[in-house]
This record gives sequence, structure tokens and C-alpha cells, in this order.
Amino acid sequence: MDIIVPIKQVPETSNVKMDPETGTMIRDGVGTVVNPLDLYAIETALRLKEAHGGIVTALTMGPSPAVKALREAIAMGCDEAVFISDRSFGGADSWATSYTIAQAIKQAGRYDLIICGERATDGDTGQVGPGIAAWLDLPLATYVASVTTLPGADAPVGLSVERLVEEGYQILELPLPALLTVVKEIGSPRLPTLRGKKRAKVTEIPLFNAQNLELDPAFIGLKGSPTKVVKVATPKVMRSGTVVRAHDEAEIALAVDRLLAFLDERGLLPRGDRP
Amino acid sequence: MSFVWTLAEQHGGRLKDVSFELLSRGRALADKLDTKLASVVIGDGVSPEQLEALIRRGADEVYAIMDPRLAHFVCETYSNILSHLVKTYQPTIILAAATSMGRTVMPHVAVRVHTGLTADCTELDIEPGTGNLLQTRPAIGGNIMATIKTPQHRPQMATVRPKSSRPLPEDATRVGKVIEVPLIESLIDERVRVTGYRTDTADFVNLEEADVVIAGGRGMKKAEHFGMLHDIAGVFGGVVGASRDAIDRGWLGYSHQIGLSGKTISPRLILTAGISGSIQFLAGIKTSETIVSINTDPDAGLHKVADFGIVGDLFEVLPELQRRLHEHAAAPPAATTATADDERPDERQREERV
Repeated sequence: MDIIVPIKQVPETSNVKMDPETGTMIRDGVGTVVNPLDLYAIETALRLKEAHGGIVTALTMGPSPAVKALREAIAMGCDEAVFISDRSFGGADSWATSYTIAQAIKQAGRYDLIICGERATDGDTGQVGPGIAAWLDLPLATYVASVTTLPGADAPVGLSVERLVEEGYQILELPLPALLTVVKEIGSPRLPTLRGKKRAKVTEIPLFNAQNLELDPAFIGLKGSPTKVVKVATPKVMRSGTVVRAHDEAEIALAVDRLLAFLDERGLLPRGDRP
Repeated sequence: MSFVWTLAEQHGGRLKDVSFELLSRGRALADKLDTKLASVVIGDGVSPEQLEALIRRGADEVYAIMDPRLAHFVCETYSNILSHLVKTYQPTIILAAATSMGRTVMPHVAVRVHTGLTADCTELDIEPGTGNLLQTRPAIGGNIMATIKTPQHRPQMATVRPKSSRPLPEDATRVGKVIEVPLIESLIDERVRVTGYRTDTADFVNLEEADVVIAGGRGMKKAEHFGMLHDIAGVFGGVVGASRDAIDRGWLGYSHQIGLSGKTISPRLILTAGISGSIQFLAGIKTSETIVSINTDPDAGLHKVADFGIVGDLFEVLPELQRRLHEHAAAPPAATTATADDERPDERQREERV
């Protein structure tokens, strides 16, 4: 089963600066990691590969340094990688990003399955996975917490998955090829191995850019993005809250008293008489 | 002027609370634009009374597409239907809830109809002059609020964080039209099949739709100690959540996790115990209405964002809180605390859902 895993490089901390002009992130001088939620997608792909054979290809789109994320994916056990990078792709929103990635996947070759993380921890939209599925017209299951394969004559022909939804788990059957986005419950991501790290250094990673990708120039980058950031503000984090000390019995009783009065004032105290 | 739309959600033929929350958002926008508000319901078995309730709570029109094959959310089919409706009626704005359904079908439709979509908005407004929808959302772990618009494409699409607005009270005098839109056969995509639901898991929680969340972290020390939190949650009719630390120790299942790699929630009340408040955790609770924290460390991050903080040992404070809450709940209700049904639409539906 050949699997493509689109991943994203994200800032390591949450202390990111924004460019007030373009409303996009300033990535310089900030440590980066593979989006933590993408590690679960890589893990899922590697487990399926271990059970059914095939090749796992990590794919990312981003500025030049983002190639590092692909090397980390190879170190974890991915076989190959594809890098999508071009100045003209910069500032893409989830619509333009999913278009560009979908075009690259079309050109990258054969696949049975695409597995994405639930969302990236920086942009936090979760829109690129479903977007890619729409572009490629692939059956889609989001928030997948478990996967089992439906066996065919010699290879799996479909998947049965459990989606984490508000009511519990929705169980779906999808034919292959398909696209999944997975959640943390799917399994703990493995650590990179020494052998993997060595392989990561020497693996050749093909580059897709504006020259060798078939793209509608009106659909890429900041210009091709339907959404525009108009304003970025730093919300006030502090609330003018009350903090009380509860170090002995009397203080505890008083603190709980005040808490109940506070909750009551806000209409949050459950039914019953006023304290 | 083209309409503002909301995408209602149903499960098992029952409209979910978010459907009504979206209407209060949509109503405000439609009024500013001087246009009408319509709600789209895709599903099966949603009763005429429930469809009328959408009108009583703010909609001018309801488009109902009902068919047994639409009973369960399947992205491809729902996306086909919504895309078709968009092309036919050309709304100016579509709001959906930032739920497992909204966050799946909306990006799919946005690609199909070539328009912008903003995820998980907490504020919506209309830009004076242009009439563009201003969509504000927390990004980068809630460290910034980004305001986004879709100036050149229509409809303008947004998903809205559940519980970030309250439903409008029922207004029996409101009049509107319920339009039954027939299902076009070719819009059914049979590739993906729903084979069932699993809800038997005892350790499962619906954090995003809860009004009250009682959350514990590493300071709880043991899985057994979460019993105290379950007890307190019970008094409030709420649910139990946890920080990543607690989840990674296996004290509770993933559905309980709050924060950057878990759920982002906006309950009316979150009470935390033994959670210091990492940036990642705070990102998940920042838009909550009221935050209460109990922690021994006076410098805990949570005390800084809390509306009410108690600096003390949770193993001393929680038992006292439990005792007082039970005492309080057992007391006979005063006449003045009776709340009109209209203001508490959530209560009844939650009981039925459980």
C-alpha cells in the first residue's frame, strides 16, 4: 500500500511574530519542528506499511528550510519525500495550499492512501486535508481514531475507520484510494532511529516548484488565496481576576465561600438556594 | 441582496444546539446587511416542529433536504448538496459550526465553489462600506487574533467555535418559510458508507458542547483522584476534561484532552485543578466565559488568566468544594432562581442526548 503523508513544518514555540504588512508569519529566528499532530499521520502510515508493504512518501510545502521536516520524517521511517517550494507559493491560505499540494500529488505518481494530521498547531485550521480530498475527488474521513484494512484478493481494497465525532465514534467504510486525517488516539508516534537519521542525510528529495508543477498561476500563493488577513492583534491574556489564598482550614472555608458567591453572581451555580 | 446562511446540524433527527447558536450570529450579520437569514438542514427525520424552531430563533427561511440516505454525515454527499445549493441560490455568507462536520464539509465546499473559508471564528462582523464579512479567529495557539476577509469571492464562508455565542430566545411571533428542497439523486455519493456508531465507551466525553468543564492536570497525581472532578462535574451537569500531562499518563482518554493538541473549548465555566497552565493548555481555554483555577503555585499561568483563583492544595480545597456544592444543591430552590425555558434551551436537549 503506497501512502503519501503531507506534513507541515511549524514554529517550535507559540511565540511567533506576525508581519503587520502581509499578516503572515515571520519565520526567521524561530526554531521549527514537524507539526506534532502530523507525527500521528506518519505513524499510521508506517504501521500500514509494516502490515501491507509499500512505500511511504512524506510531502511538504514551505520555504527552503522546511526541507528539514522531510528529513525528520525519513528518520522516523518514511521511504521517500517530496518538497514543494517556490517563492510564488508563499502566503498561500488553506485553499491555495490544498490546490498546490493536490497538483503535486497528481504529478508525484501512484498512491493508495493519503494520511494527514488533524490540523497544524500554528494555523490551526484543519482545512488543508479536506481541501486536498476535494481537489483530488478522494473519499474522505476526518478525525480518524482507528483504521483497519478491508482485504481484497491480494491487497487491501478499502478501509474501515472510526471517526471521533461529538457523539462518539462514527464508523465508515471507504474504498481506496482515499484520504484520512487522523487524531492522537491512533497511536504513539515512534522516535527517529539512528539508521533512519543516516538515511535521512543521504536521501535525495525531489523539488516541485513553479517551473515543473502544472499550476494555474491564479490559484497559487498570496494572490491566489481567496482569504486576506486584514488585521492581527494580540489579545489581552490577563483577566482582572481575584486570587485568594487557602492554606489552612479557615482560609479554605472562606475561599470556597467566596468562590460559590462568585459563581452565583455569574449565574453559574447549579439549582438550589443561594448560599 | 443575497442571503446569509447557517448550516444546521442534526444527529438522529434531532437538531443540535449549535444550529441555534449559529442563528444568533447569522441574525446579527443579516440585520447589518439588511438581508434575510436562511438555515440549511441536511439530514433525515427532523420534525416540522424543530424546523419551525429555527424560524422562532432567528431564521427567515429554512431549506430542508430530508432523505433516509442523508441521516448520517458523509462529507462527499453533503458537500455535493451544499455546493449545489450555493450555486443555485448564491448566498453571500455561510456559517457552519467548527465541529467534526463543519470543519470537514466546509473546506470541501470552499474548494468546490472556489471561495475563502476561515476556521473556528470567535467574532464576526460586517465591514462598513464594503459589506465584507470580517472574521476574527485566534491563531498561533491563541497568541494572536487574526481578522480575515474574503473580498473577491462569494460566498464568504466561516466555521464558528461552538459555545462562542448563545442562541436567541424563542420568539413565537416570528414568521418564516420552511422550504422542502427535493434531493437530486445524482448528488448522492455512494463511495463512503456509514456502518455504525460506537458510543459505548464509558471514557468518552463531548467537551466542545459542554457548558461546564471541570479539568484536572498533573497535580491530580492519580487516575482515581479524578473521581472528585467527576463528582463536581455532576453537580454542575458538566463534564471532565484534562491537560495533556494527565492524558499522556493514561488517566483519561484522548477525548478529554484540552489544549493545542486536544480540544479548544469555550464553556460558560471551566474549573481547573492541578493544572499549571502551559501556553498550549491556555490556548485551548482562552475564550471560555469564566475560568476558575485551583493550584498550589501562586505563579501558575492559570492563576494569571483566571477570573477566580484559589492558591491552595487541591486535595484540601476540592473536598470542601464538593461538600459545599452538595449542601447547596440539596437546599430547596428559591423562587427567584427559576429560569425561563427560553433562556436555557440547552438544558433539555442535553439531557436527551446523554
